[in-house]
This record gives sequence, C-alpha cells and structure tokens, in this order.
Amino acid sequence: MTGAVDPFVLNLTVFVLAIFVGYHVVWNVTPALHTPLMAVTNAVSGIIIVGAMLASSPEKMDIGSVLGLIAVVLAAINVFGGFLVTQRMLAMFKKKEK
Amino acid sequence: MSANSVYLAYLVAAVLFILTLKGLSSPISSRRGNMFGMTGMAIAVLTTLSLTHNVTYILLAIAVGGTIGAIVARRIEMTAMPELVAAMHSLVGLAAVLVAMAAFNNPVAYGIALPGEPLHSSNRIELFIGTFVGAITFTGSIIAFGKLSGKLSGRPLRFAGQHWLNLLLGIVMLGFGAAFFMNPSWMPFLIMTAIALVLGVLLIMPIGGADMPVVVSMLNSYSGWAAAGIGFTLNNNMLIIAGSLVGSSGAILSYIMCKAMNRAFFNVILGGFGGEAAAEASGDGEQKTYRSGSADDAAFLMSNADSVIIVPGYGLAVARAQHAINEMSKVLSDKGVKVRYAIHPVAGRMPGHMNVLLAEAEVPYEQVVEMDEINNEFADTDVVLVIGANDVVNPAAKNDKSSPIYGMPILDVYKARTVLVVKRSMATGYAGLDNDLFYMDKTMMVFGDAKKVVEDIIKAID
Repeated sequence: MTGAVDPFVLNLTVFVLAIFVGYHVVWNVTPALHTPLMAVTNAVSGIIIVGAMLASSPEKMDIGSVLGLIAVVLAAINVFGGFLVTQRMLAMFKKKEK
Repeated sequence: MSANSVYLAYLVAAVLFILTLKGLSSPISSRRGNMFGMTGMAIAVLTTLSLTHNVTYILLAIAVGGTIGAIVARRIEMTAMPELVAAMHSLVGLAAVLVAMAAFNNPVAYGIALPGEPLHSSNRIELFIGTFVGAITFTGSIIAFGKLSGKLSGRPLRFAGQHWLNLLLGIVMLGFGAAFFMNPSWMPFLIMTAIALVLGVLLIMPIGGADMPVVVSMLNSYSGWAAAGIGFTLNNNMLIIAGSLVGSSGAILSYIMCKAMNRAFFNVILGGFGGEAAAEASGDGEQKTYRSGSADDAAFLMSNADSVIIVPGYGLAVARAQHAINEMSKVLSDKGVKVRYAIHPVAGRMPGHMNVLLAEAEVPYEQVVEMDEINNEFADTDVVLVIGANDVVNPAAKNDKSSPIYGMPILDVYKARTVLVVKRSMATGYAGLDNDLFYMDKTMMVFGDAKKVVEDIIKAID
C-alpha cells in the first residue's frame, strides 16, 4: 500500500459507520416517542449550521458569506426550534400521579 | 484551535447526538437525552466559531434564527406538529443548497481546491449530490407543509405522463450534473439546482393526505442526507455523522409507517392514493342496518364494564376532545373501571402524533398502549370506545381479500364484547371504504361531535 488515503475514503468510512449506529439506536426508540424523535432529528440536522458558519467566514465578505449567513439563520431556527419543542413535548409525558 | 482539537470536539458532539437518540427509548431517559443533544450542538457550534473570522455577524445570525425558533417552539400547537416538522425540513434543505453555493463560489477557502485551480473532481460529485438532495428536500417539504396545514388541497394532484416527466427531468438533471463534473461552472450548477427544485414539487404533489406520515418521515430522512452530502463536500465529519443519524432515523420511520399501512414504499412515492377512491366506493347501493344510541347509553355501558379500551384517531384531535377524554377516563377509573388507550402506528398525521396529543391532555403514558401489545386483549375487553378513527379498525383489512386495505395491520376492536363508535355521520374514512365494524350486532353508533359526546358521557356517568 502506498500513498495517503483520499479524504473521500475516510469520509465514506465515517458515513457508513454512522448509518449503522443510527440504524441500531433508532430501532430502540419507543413508538410513543416517534414525534419527539422527528423533532429532535430536526434539531440535529440543524448541524448544517456548522457548514453555514464556515461558509460565512472567508476573510473578506463576498456573495458566498452572505449566502452562508442566511443559511446560519435558517439552521439556527431548526436548532433552537427543534430542541425546545422536543423539550416541551417530552415534559408532557408524565407518569400517573399516585 | 488546531485541526486535531476541532475534530476531537466534533467527536464529543457526535457521541452526545447518539446518546440523544438512545435516550428516546423511554420517556424518562428522553429528557436527559435532549439535554445531551443541546450540549452536543453547543460544543459543535462553539468549536466551529473558533474557526471563523466574522464572529459578530455569525452570532447575530444565530440570535435572529434562534429567537424565531424559540418563539415558534413555544407557540406551536401540538396538533400542528406535522406542519412544523415539514417546515423545518425545508429550512435544512435550503440551508444545504446555500452552503453548497457558497462552497462553489470560493472553494479555496474550504480546502477543496488549490488557488487558481478548479474544484477537485471528487468534491464536484459530492457538491452535486448535496445540492440536489437539499433542493428536493426544500421544495418537497414546502408542498408537504402546504398539504398538512390545509393551505394546499390534500388530494393527490395527478396528470397523464407525470412519472415520465419526472423521469425525464431526473435524467436531464443528471446530465447537467455530468456537465458540471466535466466543467465546474455556474451555468450547469444553477440549471441542475433549478431542476431539482421543480422535481421536489412534482414528487410530492401527487401524494395524498393519507400518506403524509410516510412523506414527512421520508423528507426527514432527506434532510439528514442533504446535511451528510454537504459534510462530504466540506470534508467535515461532524456534518457526515449527524446527517447520517438523521437520515437513517427518517428512513426507519418511513419503513415503519409503510408497514403500518401495508403499502410498498415505491407505491406511496408514486402517489395517487386516497381522494379518488372515495367517490367510487360510496355507490355500494346495498342498505345495511346499524344500531345507534345516545351518550347516556354509552355512559351506562362503560360505567358497568370491568375494562374499557379507547381507540383514538385523528378525528379526536380535530374535535379537540383530548382533554375531555382524559376527564372521562379519570371518572371511569374512579369507578374501578380499567381504562387504556390503544394506538395504531398511523393514528394522527405523523409517527407518534397521537401519543403526543394524549400526553398533552395529561393522559398518563402507562395507559397508552401500542397496537402489537394490546391486540390480544380486545377479546377479553368489555367495551371499546372508537373515537375519530375508522380505517385502522376496519375488519375488512383482515377478512376481505378484495378490499384495498387488505393486509393492513388493524386494531382487533371487532373481537371485543361491545363496541361503541363515536362519529359525526356514517361517512367513510381516509381510504373511502365502508366499515363492517359499524354494522355488527355488538356495535352501537353514537353520532355527534366527539367533544360534545364525551362531555355528555361524563355528565351521564356522574
């Protein structure tokens, strides 16, 4: 084996392993919490904020950084909205008062 | 921060996201799980912030988005959760497209091209995939949002040659993708994006209201894949891991929803179910007899029963009868009646929707039982109260091979000793089918608005 590993191969490794983890973890989610699951995955997919922040950060402002900043706003809506609405829903799942 | 410490921080965030999903295996651990998720996101954002140059603008953008998100999260009604989720998918899709455009605008800044050279060829493919998945998610989710919120008709919109048009557009889009690969310039990139935006609309328009739980789950999955695609473009593990978690979650939910409706995934995607069938099936001609009774009769039957199972459907939520039904079950429990709720996986408009609606009405979650767990118990149950549900209790799914819903798993309500059905009229459900359960000797129909009927039952029991 010679040469450095292409970043694509490393990315693919992480990608495949993450899908496996996701698959196994999500099958264990109780059906009663499928709506909170969707809300929290909305928040997690707000991780695109990381890409958006990088996009808005070139040293000089250009059209790309403006697009990036818009994407930061959109992703932040998801992050905050997703986690908070999940929290609100989960707080409703109570046990019977004895 | 060094690149190594950035990646280590991302690793911590990724583990926290996995723990978030793991926490959802029970209501008790789920609240802690959500805290893990928030912590993970904070770590990811702060780490990334240390890499950026214009921190002020970014913080301002986060503050704006965060405020909007927080307000929406506080105000949204639980019945409107499916719309909210669809709207949020569209935001992720659009964000992915914008990030892809920014990356293409200045590839050197992301280390995906050397100064003065075009984008690396493997990054071209990734950029193309991330963009079109994002674009389809964006417009498709807007259509889903429109259908769920009633701003667009829930009826499937179909026209001749629809699938061929979609196929043609898909091929043309791939063609421009190939052109972009050969020569990375704005023209093929923008045309490809525009076609993907149109495709998003065309793919979701023909899907009917009844299939929305599948569509929402599918778009959930797409939004994850879009994020992962951008992660590939930017060589960013954080995006790849979080995106894949979301993508697989949405895919599993789509599968569960399809199974609960006994539909093949491609069948749902090709669309057209619901809406048209209603007109054809109603002209049965044959007059069947049914028994109807009053709220007082229902109250008498239930208060003298040992066990009651309530089968709620979306009709319950539409009538806003969740709180009344919880009141009723409390009154019955005080009389020593064992009360439980039976939930079909597709009750409501999205996976798990009915559980949230009942939880909001403060129904204790131990009383709420999933279909597979409760189906054996109907035979030993004195009274079943079906309220706002129809197709999910239709015995035709079990014993009528000619029925369109044959094979769909149902709640075995017909096995109970007595069945009470609260309905506005004898009208058919989503699938447009008549329901033999309503004509059985042991069934009593109680006509009226769900909330009014339940309130009358409570009065009659007292």
